[in-house]
Amino acid sequence: MKVLPKSAVTTTRSPETLASTRERLSWLASISAWLENEAVLGYVLMTPALLLIVVFIAYPFSLGVWLSLTDKLVGKPAHFLGLRNFTHLFESQIFWRTVWNTVFFTFSATVLKAVLGMWLAVLLNRKIRFARFIRATILLPFIVPTVLSGLAWVWMFDATFSVFNWGLRWLWQTTEWLLNADFGYFRGPRWLGDPAWAMFSIIMVNTWRGIPFFAISFLAGLQTVPTELYDAGDIDGATGWQKFWHITMPLIKPIAVVVIVFSFVVTFADFQVVYVLTRGGPHNSTHLLATLAYQLGMASGNLGEGAAIALFMFPFLALVILWQLLYLRKEGSQ
Amino acid sequence: MPQRAPQQAGGNPAGGLTRRAFLSTSMALAAAAGAEFVGGQAPALAQTRTLHVLEWSSFVPAADVIRDQQAAEFGKQAGVKVTLEHINANDLLARATAAIEGRKGPDILQLLNNNPHLYAGGLEDHNQLIAELGGDKFYPFIRDAVTVDGVARGVPYFFGGGANTYRKDIFQKVGIDKLPDTWEEHLAAGKKLKKFGMPIGQTLGHTFGDAPGFAYPVLWSFGGMEVDEKGKVVINTKETRAAVDFVKEFWFAACDEGGLAWDDTSNNRAFLAETIACTLNGASIYFVARYTPEKTAPGMADKIGHFLMPRGPAGRFHTAVPVANCITTSSENKDAAKDYIRYCHQKEIYEQFLVTNKGYINGPLPEWQEHPMWEADPAVTIFRELPKYGRRAGYAGAYDRKAAEVWAKYIIVDMFAKAVQGESPQSCIAWAEHELKNVYERA
Repeated sequence: MKVLPKSAVTTTRSPETLASTRERLSWLASISAWLENEAVLGYVLMTPALLLIVVFIAYPFSLGVWLSLTDKLVGKPAHFLGLRNFTHLFESQIFWRTVWNTVFFTFSATVLKAVLGMWLAVLLNRKIRFARFIRATILLPFIVPTVLSGLAWVWMFDATFSVFNWGLRWLWQTTEWLLNADFGYFRGPRWLGDPAWAMFSIIMVNTWRGIPFFAISFLAGLQTVPTELYDAGDIDGATGWQKFWHITMPLIKPIAVVVIVFSFVVTFADFQVVYVLTRGGPHNSTHLLATLAYQLGMASGNLGEGAAIALFMFPFLALVILWQLLYLRKEGSQ
Repeated sequence: MPQRAPQQAGGNPAGGLTRRAFLSTSMALAAAAGAEFVGGQAPALAQTRTLHVLEWSSFVPAADVIRDQQAAEFGKQAGVKVTLEHINANDLLARATAAIEGRKGPDILQLLNNNPHLYAGGLEDHNQLIAELGGDKFYPFIRDAVTVDGVARGVPYFFGGGANTYRKDIFQKVGIDKLPDTWEEHLAAGKKLKKFGMPIGQTLGHTFGDAPGFAYPVLWSFGGMEVDEKGKVVINTKETRAAVDFVKEFWFAACDEGGLAWDDTSNNRAFLAETIACTLNGASIYFVARYTPEKTAPGMADKIGHFLMPRGPAGRFHTAVPVANCITTSSENKDAAKDYIRYCHQKEIYEQFLVTNKGYINGPLPEWQEHPMWEADPAVTIFRELPKYGRRAGYAGAYDRKAAEVWAKYIIVDMFAKAVQGESPQSCIAWAEHELKNVYERA
């Protein structure tokens, strides 16, 4: 127990007041000593974050699991059904089409983002003028709210007013004029009206949004690669591609794995891009698990089945995260 | 790496802030912030009666304005602060679900179609209000929309529907002398329009109004239906096949094939941009042309007319979209909510709302079809005929939660959409049958 300095005690206070002050200070001192223990302080400081995780993640997740096992309809009590929601979904062709859409969308978008993000990172890693400004600007697609940028894309893909089709039509007509030919009327792709083009469009928008995240993350990794290794490669006569494959890639692999897995999980659960652009159409050809869960749960009031669809993603994504953790642990031990 | 300054136990680190200081400061701040929520008296404003009404953002902007004015007037008379929130109709269901499940939110929800069936567990008994405000005089189909197991879960407010909006001058130019009355005549007219470069515009996308507003009436007019009176799925019939075959031909021969991606506003824009000459819609296209002519080509309003859905072998049908005001069970101001609904249905108040809509909506009672407003503008008079041909989703079965689920999943719309995308009609119908059984015959 700490000894109080004499200045803390004045002769004008009564003995009872002095006693209670000493008791209070003694209590505070005990707490303080307890918090000096780092093992205790660590948990105390972690508690707010833990509370947030429990309230905003653990509780909704547990509730979702429960709902998926019940016949919960909005406004009505839930009754346990076991796995019947899942077996019922497995009988739906819309569900399996959605699963395929989600897998195809996720893999395609992630691969494109990784490749194009790496390409952009390599370019940005060079000494260029206005490097800081350019690096800041390329983040814009990532930081602009998805719905806002999605609405802009809706206009760009509009069946009547698409600026892309306007440009393509202008090129078409210019070519006709140059060649003095008549190729007929060029309408342009139905970006959101044809199933294949609609899938292409949502992949393109998701990729456009995600490239900056990949690029900045890879750039951070590239800047930790010692330049001496590249110099050594130059001395040995390595080509640009050989330097990239044998020097850059191995060294930034841990960062790449984290970024790719993180993006994979987020892309798998994407909702906003599809909801704004197509709402799952035309005829379910762009429905993802998240949008189908929303349609069933929120628009039809079938919360049980909506939760079952949302949870369908969970085991698969959990395996992906687990693989990532094991991989990083293995890399760390090496 | 820079050396970390040595630190004695309990001493100050080089930066000056100790753990003790950090903890005591942050706890003090948290205590100060939390004190407001512990004890004390609520501000006086929180004790005023409030009413929160959630409704759609109308395609007729003036209707929202008049609703706001009427709400303010009611609030002044009743001593209630009324908040009217207008949102996109596509988002009403999500908000309603959140409000019912969270037992918190709007006092009154405006619900479309038979969505009161979906939310019956969270809506009040409105039987008394129904009896006061019209009773058996309400159109049967809009009473069915709110009545769940004999209990009304909302009060019908109006219903809407679409008719074919067309360009009179273009029809004349291409030689369509008589307005199409049957689907065959409509197809013939559409061929001429498409050849001219201004086809018929129709959506088959996932949008709440125009897509089902076309798909269901086409199916019914050829004699097809989702279920029979007992709720057995009967979609796979030769009548449905005839409807699908027709739509497939109609789509390529007469329609703007970009319509698969359209939402409920796309055809409005396309029509006013003069890329299509005919489209199924409410009167909103005409209203924009008539009341904001600066936004359209000169003289557009005078070139616009309307005609009903064409007739098929089984008759002529329109989807009538009922809209009801529903009080939630979680409302803390149920009496005020009931008074507000009564106020909205007062003759003068409702008349003001109906006249402002200028034919975009129909009243819930047949007497409103006799209002002189319908004769004021011949261009919209035809909308008065919609109740004669109105039919609801789920026909011939019950207008229940399953019918609402089929509508929300766009199963009928997608059946036609898949056909125009190249899938065989039989395959599309089989798919629709499978999905309908998934809903109706679920154990």
